Amino acid sequence: MTTKPILETTDLCKYFPVKADGKSATLKAVDQANLKIYPGKTLGLVGESGSGKSTIGFTMVQLHEPTSGRILYEGKQVAGLKGRDLKAFRRHVQMIFQDPYSSLDPRQVLKTIVERPLIINSKLNAAERLDKVVDILKKVGLDADQLYRYPHEFSGGQRQRIAVARALAVNPSLIVCDEPVSALDVSIQAQILNLFKDLQKELNLAYLFISHDLNVVRHISHEVAVIYMGVIVEISPTDELYEKPAHPYTKALLDSMPGLAGRDNKLRLVGEIGSPIDPPVGCRLASRCPVAQEKCSQVTPELREISPGHKVACILA
Amino acid sequence: MRENQDFLKLENVHVNFHLRAGVLPAVQGANLIMKRGDTLGIVGESGSGKSVMSKEIIRLNPSPPAKTEGKVIFEGIDMVSLTNRQLYGIRGAKISMIFQEPMTSLNPVFTIGTQMAAGLRTHLKLSKVEAVERSAEMLDKVGIPSAGERLRQYPHEFSGGMRQRVMIAMALSCDPTLLIADEPTTALDVTIQDQILELLADSVKNRDMSMILISHDLYVVADTCDSIIVMYAGRQVETGPTREVFQNPAHPYTQGLKDSQPAISGVRAEYLKPIKGMVPNMLAVPEGCAFHPRCQYAEEICRKEVPTLQNRGSNRSIACHVM
Repeated sequence: MTTKPILETTDLCKYFPVKADGKSATLKAVDQANLKIYPGKTLGLVGESGSGKSTIGFTMVQLHEPTSGRILYEGKQVAGLKGRDLKAFRRHVQMIFQDPYSSLDPRQVLKTIVERPLIINSKLNAAERLDKVVDILKKVGLDADQLYRYPHEFSGGQRQRIAVARALAVNPSLIVCDEPVSALDVSIQAQILNLFKDLQKELNLAYLFISHDLNVVRHISHEVAVIYMGVIVEISPTDELYEKPAHPYTKALLDSMPGLAGRDNKLRLVGEIGSPIDPPVGCRLASRCPVAQEKCSQVTPELREISPGHKVACILA
Repeated sequence: MRENQDFLKLENVHVNFHLRAGVLPAVQGANLIMKRGDTLGIVGESGSGKSVMSKEIIRLNPSPPAKTEGKVIFEGIDMVSLTNRQLYGIRGAKISMIFQEPMTSLNPVFTIGTQMAAGLRTHLKLSKVEAVERSAEMLDKVGIPSAGERLRQYPHEFSGGMRQRVMIAMALSCDPTLLIADEPTTALDVTIQDQILELLADSVKNRDMSMILISHDLYVVADTCDSIIVMYAGRQVETGPTREVFQNPAHPYTQGLKDSQPAISGVRAEYLKPIKGMVPNMLAVPEGCAFHPRCQYAEEICRKEVPTLQNRGSNRSIACHVM
């Protein structure tokens, strides 16, 4: 692809200082993440709880400050931006959160929720803002006659549409979506996913789509990155990831999907996810990996390309 | 031999919640027959009534505001006629239940050991020492290493997956004949979910136990249950052997559920086929067939008359005027 990424991270790290057993330690939530998101395309980010996927999302939108590494928006460093520059960045990159019940201010009516980003970050007057709000609401499938309703008067699916409307208000080029459909009923999930696709086509929106749900990620992403214990272990174009997963963790994730009864040779991980506090040297999956060898706990694997666009961090792949 | 006796039977069960805002018809006309050793999956979205119906089997719905009609017969005994004291002897002993949120099912201020022993000492009348031994055995059986140490720990020292294993251990410890699992893996990661579902399936096989598994996820039920009931707005809309219902859904809602889930393999559709509209407010259920406002096949009769579950041959039933 000769297109330049709209947002990319280089060796992005986010560490948190913690106290473990009475001593100071470091929780390495995200370690050396190298991701590229292209304009108008979706990068899926898949991982289980505690993998660091949400932390990457928050760090990309500057809700966390990275510990080290770079985040480049259209080639320009954005980590550590403040004030007016940060505001300008926010016009381009927005976020949608997982819980439609806690991500909307319960004391603001629909109009205020969607209008507020415009008040903060645009030069429109009141009448122009109202026009824009009504226009966006139509795009996301909400009625203009609900402008003065409160969040609690809407269903989960509708609230998530409100969150999308809010994110769209400033015409961003990229939206970071943190598990946007996990809290919704299956039949509503499908509606919201279709909406995401429509908006992407109409507005040339890029998405970082964070989820633990492999089906959903497969449906919506052009490329998928798999993360385990803060480390990106595989990146690939979607079809190839699901048909030819290379990393044992990806294989185990796919094999553990329900609906595959009767499949032999399922790759099973032993035990549970390790602690990201002062993690051991070498591959972080080593202690759980059924095909691990001694080298795996000694050498930290780097992401390397095994076929065009398909990278894996595993010395055995 | 008791094999041919109906193990669990629900006959025309209605559960209505009498609330200030009105009467909520949580479960309407529920019928169910299970034989010993059967595994039954109940699938539905929010408001379908799946949890209320399952809880009714051990009369866990608080009454008031719940009012139950109909018969719930377990191993020949009419559950609705039992006193609290008699129910006490059945819950945890003959029928066990595990819930969705392992954190809130365990008491945070008591050790795991104390909580596990409570059931054992009450139902099996074990001594303290025997209870500790059996608890450790059970933890071991559900795959928790260093069981002895773990018994002295508190719930917050366990991860979500491990807490659910503890719940399963507790539920199985008194050798129940029926296990009701209400969304046991929804709050867990997919790799842990796989381990837990396998554990449940093994337990059913090794203990000649029956299981009711409740989930919103068709695929989870497809893997683990022999038969399935699909519920919508308090009513059963389709029942039958799981594999068949899954491969050839008959009711428009079941078909809709299947179509709205993105597939893990096969062709990647451009757009999903969601079911239009939303699950109804249970205090204002549509007249006639509750699904009609969302159904592409709805006809005049659907708006007026509630369809009843009709047998369509080879153990399959659906409640639909059109299909």
